[in-house]
Amino acid sequence: MYLGRVVGCVWSTVKNANLEGQRMLVIQPVTPELANAGQRIICTDYTGAGAGEIIYWVRGREASYALLPKEPATDTTVVAIVDSIHLKPAAAPEPTPPAAAAPPPAKGRKPSRKANSC
Amino acid sequence: MLIARVVGELVATYKHPSHEGRKILLVQPLNLDGTNRGVALVALDSVDAGIGDKVLVVTEGFGACTAVGPTLQPIDMAVIGFIDHIDLLPGVS
Repeated sequence: MYLGRVVGCVWSTVKNANLEGQRMLVIQPVTPELANAGQRIICTDYTGAGAGEIIYWVRGREASYALLPKEPATDTTVVAIVDSIHLKPAAAPEPTPPAAAAPPPAKGRKPSRKANSC
Repeated sequence: MLIARVVGELVATYKHPSHEGRKILLVQPLNLDGTNRGVALVALDSVDAGIGDKVLVVTEGFGACTAVGPTLQPIDMAVIGFIDHIDLLPGVS
């Protein structure tokens, strides 16, 4: 399945009889961060999703199984409306070293108090 | 089948009944060297995978359906296993 956003509707008056009464949506594939990814496609709709909603869609013969028993001539169907996406939090950035890091103490000498004061 | 890493989970209230009671995972396909390969996909879980796991994803309808439940369902991607280790011939990457 693939994430997408509903960006429009398609109207078709003359079509395969099994597609009668079937909504068809224009879907923009998106990344989990909701940035556009790839070209827009047309999907039949199982859910009744509205414009702007995040959905996911199924590709292939399984797309028509969502619309049983009619099994219309479709290869992509919207099967769910996404409420929320929980992504793995990005790795914490490396802690930046202090700007004025004290140089390592010279061998054999006691480090000065000033160098350690930060 | 694809090698992928689970990077997130989806919550969807309104969905096809065949997806109910299943974890819906966001999986990022990977190359053999561990770099990302294309855009993240949505897959149903059949092995109780979690975020961060390296998994095997089947991307074809019959395999995905049979892994998750009965056939004739609108499911075209499923997580079907964990990857512990990959052995490669020398020079293959």
